[in-house]
Amino acid sequence: MSPQAQLLPGTLDLLILKAVSLGPLHGYGVLLRIEQISAKALLVEQGALYPALFRLLRQGLLKANWGTSDNNRRAKFYELTAAGRKRLKEETSDWNRLAQAIASALAANPEEI
Amino acid sequence: MKLFARSRDIDREIDDELRSHIQLRADDLVAGGMDRAAADRQARIEFGGHLKHKEDVREAAGIAFLDALLQDIRVSVRALRKSPGFALTAIVTLALGIGANAVVFSVLNAFVIRPLDVPDSASLYQIERGKSKDGAQSYPDYRDLRDRNRSFDGLAAYDFSRLALDSDGTPVRVWAKSVTGNYFDVLRVQPFLGRFFHASDEHGADSAPFIVLGHAYWHAHFYDDPAVVGRVVRLNKHPYTILGVAPPAFHGTLLFFNPDMYVPLINSPELGAGNAFDVRSTHWLFQTIGHLKPGVTPAQAIADLNAIGADLEKTYPIDDANMTFTLARPSLYGDFLGPVVQGFLLGLMLLAALILLAACANLGSLFAARAADRSREVALRLALGASRSRILRHLFTEAILIALVGGAAGVSASVILLRGLSAWQPFTRFPIHVPVTPDATVYAVALLVTLASGFVFGGVPVRQTLRTDPYEVVKSGSIVGGPRRIALRDLLLVAQIAICAVLVTSSIVALRGLIRSMHSDFGFEPDGATIIETDVSAAGYLGDAVPPMQKRMIDAVAAVPGVEAAGSIDQPPLWAGWSTIGVFRDETTDLRPANEVAQPIHYKVSDGYLRAAGTRLLAGRGFTAHDDAAAPRVAIVNQEFARRLFGSAANALGGHFKLRSGLRVEVVGVVEDGKYGSFAESPKPAMFQPVLQTPDSSTWLIVRSPRDPQQLAQALRGALRGVEASLPLTIETWGHELNSGTALFGPRMATASLGVLGAMGAMLSVTGIFGLAAYSLSKRRRELGIRMALGAQKLDVLRAALGRAMRLLAIGSVAGLLLGILASRVLAVIVYSASPRDPVVLAGVVAAMALLGVLGTWIPAQRALSVSPLMLLRDE
Repeated sequence: MSPQAQLLPGTLDLLILKAVSLGPLHGYGVLLRIEQISAKALLVEQGALYPALFRLLRQGLLKANWGTSDNNRRAKFYELTAAGRKRLKEETSDWNRLAQAIASALAANPEEI
Repeated sequence: MKLFARSRDIDREIDDELRSHIQLRADDLVAGGMDRAAADRQARIEFGGHLKHKEDVREAAGIAFLDALLQDIRVSVRALRKSPGFALTAIVTLALGIGANAVVFSVLNAFVIRPLDVPDSASLYQIERGKSKDGAQSYPDYRDLRDRNRSFDGLAAYDFSRLALDSDGTPVRVWAKSVTGNYFDVLRVQPFLGRFFHASDEHGADSAPFIVLGHAYWHAHFYDDPAVVGRVVRLNKHPYTILGVAPPAFHGTLLFFNPDMYVPLINSPELGAGNAFDVRSTHWLFQTIGHLKPGVTPAQAIADLNAIGADLEKTYPIDDANMTFTLARPSLYGDFLGPVVQGFLLGLMLLAALILLAACANLGSLFAARAADRSREVALRLALGASRSRILRHLFTEAILIALVGGAAGVSASVILLRGLSAWQPFTRFPIHVPVTPDATVYAVALLVTLASGFVFGGVPVRQTLRTDPYEVVKSGSIVGGPRRIALRDLLLVAQIAICAVLVTSSIVALRGLIRSMHSDFGFEPDGATIIETDVSAAGYLGDAVPPMQKRMIDAVAAVPGVEAAGSIDQPPLWAGWSTIGVFRDETTDLRPANEVAQPIHYKVSDGYLRAAGTRLLAGRGFTAHDDAAAPRVAIVNQEFARRLFGSAANALGGHFKLRSGLRVEVVGVVEDGKYGSFAESPKPAMFQPVLQTPDSSTWLIVRSPRDPQQLAQALRGALRGVEASLPLTIETWGHELNSGTALFGPRMATASLGVLGAMGAMLSVTGIFGLAAYSLSKRRRELGIRMALGAQKLDVLRAALGRAMRLLAIGSVAGLLLGILASRVLAVIVYSASPRDPVVLAGVVAAMALLGVLGTWIPAQRALSVSPLMLLRDE
């Protein structure tokens, strides 16, 4: 297994929103999708997933419906709401700005000061 | 409850979802080549603690709070069940405190906060005259104000009249409001049935023989019969047509007065008012009311009225004085009753709030004691990982639970009390009652107060709990509250006992004063006298027909066997109100109101009154049958009158004074001073005039006889029926009449309120003492057991267990007694001869406080005596 990065606090919500934005998913599906799109670099702890999903539901960023999975299991499917889509966009750009700032800060060397 | 149902649904959904997750993972593992059973196990292991996840999810979904709440409630109920004594004490204490507040607030709400139940009551005002804020106007003044003002959307006025209604052959006395024709239109009220009369129905004196019935009277006496509209009945023997019925909620503009019917004021002459009806100097219209026009401010209206008033003063200098005006709310008769009632109720509210605060303080210390007792439990829970906030929440749940139960009990009791109060008629003669049934506002406030008090007393042990160090507690076995907390608790208890002692002192003082005032000298002798109330105008006697009728009645009564003396008066002293008349010195020629030398209370009596009433004549003579309209005007005055006008009783005899009409009156007799308006009043000037010279149809016969009052009443009724069968009569002993009159109302109310508050204060002191004694006992059980084992006597044990509570009781009682003696000076204004330096008062207070001490320490004392050294050894 490749070494996995620790999730920064607050990033789980963003990852869930991103995963769900690619198409409706059940909880287990979200887990798999995050693994997949992060090329297995990020592993979500199973215990943290459902509290996060319920939190997002309560905030109105996700909506959920019971449906049937590919292999005919009853499962609850999550989708982005309009508010969720908006939040995803905002958080993505915030994250990019932050990542850039931190990257350039870390790239600094003594001569430049 | 819905919330809990939703919580259960979410619960099930979470379970479903977590299960589905595990299945999906297992499916994947199977697809990866694992066998089914192993895959299921693997999936479950990977997923980890199902319950822990669920808890986290619930937290995220925002429903964990409800769970904890339900659990807290269950735990609290269980904990309270385990200490029923504590729970009961707390609940009763709170029920008292919250009940008292609900009652007082409900009354305050009914009298002060709730607007009058008439349309657009916000713009409704009554007009008051002069510096004394007199609400009464004369009819001519009213007409000028009504016709000349530009600020009001109509002005209406009314007075009360006692009339005889004959609808089925037997005349009964009714309370009517004589109202101006525009009354209902000005108040914007619509009839419930039939129609109202209007200004256009008035065409001069006695031109509108119409009746509008009050809804309650229609219901009680005409049994809701709609056919009553259009019926002709007799009012004081004159035919009147019933036009309609007023709506149920309408009682006029005075909050507590419910008239039986409304009649046009223009018909007052034939209904008994006679010629006084249209005299400018006779201010007999009780209340003048109107809606301000939209956009007109009270200040503008006052300026408008004052301009008219100034003009009237110029035009009628003899009759009109003090024609400056103010506006006030009509529901409590403006500034006459309003501020008094408001002040009284706000004072009561403050006291009730104090009582609740004291109750909360008591409960707070009980809770603190309980928290200390449970410090081991708390420490254990802390050690096992419970968060402090959770433990605090638990404490508050317990407090709020007790508060809610206590509040519910208190409010239920107060509703019963208020229902009784609403149905209560303090004066049998008047249609007065107080509509104080609680409404939504009251319930809302009660709930708020309940929750607030729960937080207040629940909050007392918070600091103590937050400081709890589980390690220390488990090590040493208990936490010892800082000495400061104990001192504060003691101080609270002393203050409470002191307040209680003040209330007990004042209520005993008030009660003593009340009893004494019933047996003091008030210028007449009610014992052995019977009083008959009637009004000869009720049988149609007016003007010149009045004096001969009254003479025949007095003669008939005097002829009844056993009657020693009989006389008449237009209105007895110490009944509802009095009338005054302005008098001038003999040498005064400019008879403006400003030059009056005194405003004596004025009675019109027959020649036999003084003897019948037992009023002592100090000098001169009484009236005779020759003091009639043809003879020179004479008067009998009291000592105070003689002193003010003539310097002394001796000078007064044979002296003259003048009335506003310019008539000279000679003083022919001087009588002792008496009480006329209230028992607590200082001496007031009073004068008696012969009724033959100042005819008045209002007739109160005073009959002195040693006979049994009931037999006598029957004989009197028979005798008077022989004179005039259609005259409605009320016959009572004078003592009873005084009791039901208004003069005793103030002292009675003061005594009753103080008594109730005193009783509540006493109950609270008992719980306070009980709490402290029980607490200190529970802290010292070990010590007491050891003492007993070492051979201490029962008395020593009691002294050790209860000494502190008793010491505090003594300190509080003495402080309260001293304060109560000071407070009783204030009481003397309301209650006659209230003296706190009365041995009975002192003994009563000491006995009452001792009783409280015994009550409060009884159970702890029993418990202290039952402490057994053996049991203690086993205890820990």
